[in-house]
Amino acid sequence: MLVEQIAVFLENKSGRLAEITAVLADNNINIRALSVADTADFGILRLIVDNVEKAKSVLKENGFTVGKTTVIAVEVEDKTGGLARVLQIIHAANINVEYMYAFVNKTGENAVLIFRFEKMDEAIAALKEKGVTILSREQICAL
Amino acid sequence: MYWQKEQECLPRPDLAKLQLERLKNVLKKVATNVPFYRNKFTELGLDPEKLTSLEELQQYPFTLKQDLRDNYPYGLFAVPLRDVVRVHSSSGTTGMATVVGYSKNDINTWSDLVARILCGAGVTPDDVIQIAFGYGLFTGGFGLHYGAERLGASVIPISSGNTKRQIQIMQDFKTTALVCTPSYALKMADVMMDMGVNPNGLSLRYGLFGAEPWSEAMRVEINERLGIKATDNYGLSEVMGPGVAGECEECNGLHVNEDHFLVEVLDPKSLEPVAPGEVGELVLTTLTKEAFPVIRYRTRDLTRLIPEPCPCGRTFVRMSRMMGRSDDMLIIKGVNVFPTQIEAVLFEIEGTEPHYRLIVERENNEDRMTVMVEVVESIFFDEMKKQRALVENIKKRLASELGIGVAVKLVEERSLERFNGKGDRVIDKRQL
Repeated sequence: MLVEQIAVFLENKSGRLAEITAVLADNNINIRALSVADTADFGILRLIVDNVEKAKSVLKENGFTVGKTTVIAVEVEDKTGGLARVLQIIHAANINVEYMYAFVNKTGENAVLIFRFEKMDEAIAALKEKGVTILSREQICAL
Repeated sequence: MYWQKEQECLPRPDLAKLQLERLKNVLKKVATNVPFYRNKFTELGLDPEKLTSLEELQQYPFTLKQDLRDNYPYGLFAVPLRDVVRVHSSSGTTGMATVVGYSKNDINTWSDLVARILCGAGVTPDDVIQIAFGYGLFTGGFGLHYGAERLGASVIPISSGNTKRQIQIMQDFKTTALVCTPSYALKMADVMMDMGVNPNGLSLRYGLFGAEPWSEAMRVEINERLGIKATDNYGLSEVMGPGVAGECEECNGLHVNEDHFLVEVLDPKSLEPVAPGEVGELVLTTLTKEAFPVIRYRTRDLTRLIPEPCPCGRTFVRMSRMMGRSDDMLIIKGVNVFPTQIEAVLFEIEGTEPHYRLIVERENNEDRMTVMVEVVESIFFDEMKKQRALVENIKKRLASELGIGVAVKLVEERSLERFNGKGDRVIDKRQL
């Protein structure tokens, strides 16, 4: 149920994001989704890729600080209220969202929401109970 | 003007006699009362009874800051605690603190020596003296305070900080002499400008500055901007605190109170005396202290002696202002900081040998230190909340360890150059 995400530490200086994407491209790694959280001094880049282990090792080889965490990928119909419904379930279960980002898949019918919750297991249980579609690692890679 | 003219102008031959007598005394005392010294002397076969010249002190072992730490807190005291009326501790540190003690007589001597410095700098009993050094474990505040009271000046024990209030009180109380660090004096001048206070309208005439290195250019600037006569004074808690040496109104070197302290200037590598007038490390021996005598204390401060007689009439030798350090200690806002302290805190947090860089700057006459820390996996999080908490945690731990606030900047792994020497990890951009 859990999807692996890699996180990369970024100093706020120009060209770093370009370098990371170039390293991934040179190694034939496909980015499925990404988000950047930043402060004035530094940023944290989060990536969902099709080959986590390879991405992690090539980025490390290129001098980046890389971490690996697990997130939950939820699929909703790409229409009004899709995200709201998921968040209501989470709120009702009294679970905090640490961060989230989203992307729309190729067909354009469904949106994929990437979540990091404070309590991951409880979140999965709550979402499942309400019949929300949770994507597996293989499903994400296949998108 | 002199405070104790007879001593301060003692002919050199008489001074040498007095020093020898006192040196023998203090060596005997530490050999009897302090196991640390007794063991060292015995090991080297040294018998203070047999001392016949001041030069023979060179056979005696040095005392290092580490020795003070190893004997924390009271191991080097030469009198029982019941005879100690005051303790002070070296500025800023917690993990590596050193403790020094004073007997009643020590406080008495200390007050006189500081009164000498104040007198030499032009201060009289008619002056109103504002002491903007921290009061507390740091020797600066209390040291100057007791000396100024001894002299009979009116003391404003305002302590450090709150610059606007300092200036307000300086105006209202008609302060005539200011005691602080030289950089703080310039900061005050800046704040006066912001407040629309004209320094020429103040009663200020003298400034006695110490606790950090400064330059002749800074003196000129302070004199011009505050309309005062700025003098330098020197001391360190391990030896006594302020009052070890100070400039007279000639403003050309600091007279060492040689009847109470024996001066050596040594090559920091060979530890042999440098040629007269050459730069070397200052090594001090206390001649009269009862509670905490030190023998050949390596100050790590670099200076040179000025052997020529001074027009002021004092016979005590002068030394130049401090020219730097023979170790990697930094003085930031008057507080002693060792890179190893920062390293220890980072090591605790990261769990690995940290890669870091210290940047020291002076902005608007205020020291600023930034610690750049490479983000390794053990301190990298995907959650911003945790990452920022880490920065705050490092800041808090450093502030509590060092006693001063520092900025912390996270940088990418391997982005800092690798150095072998620790000194290279420090970039001091301050132009004094």
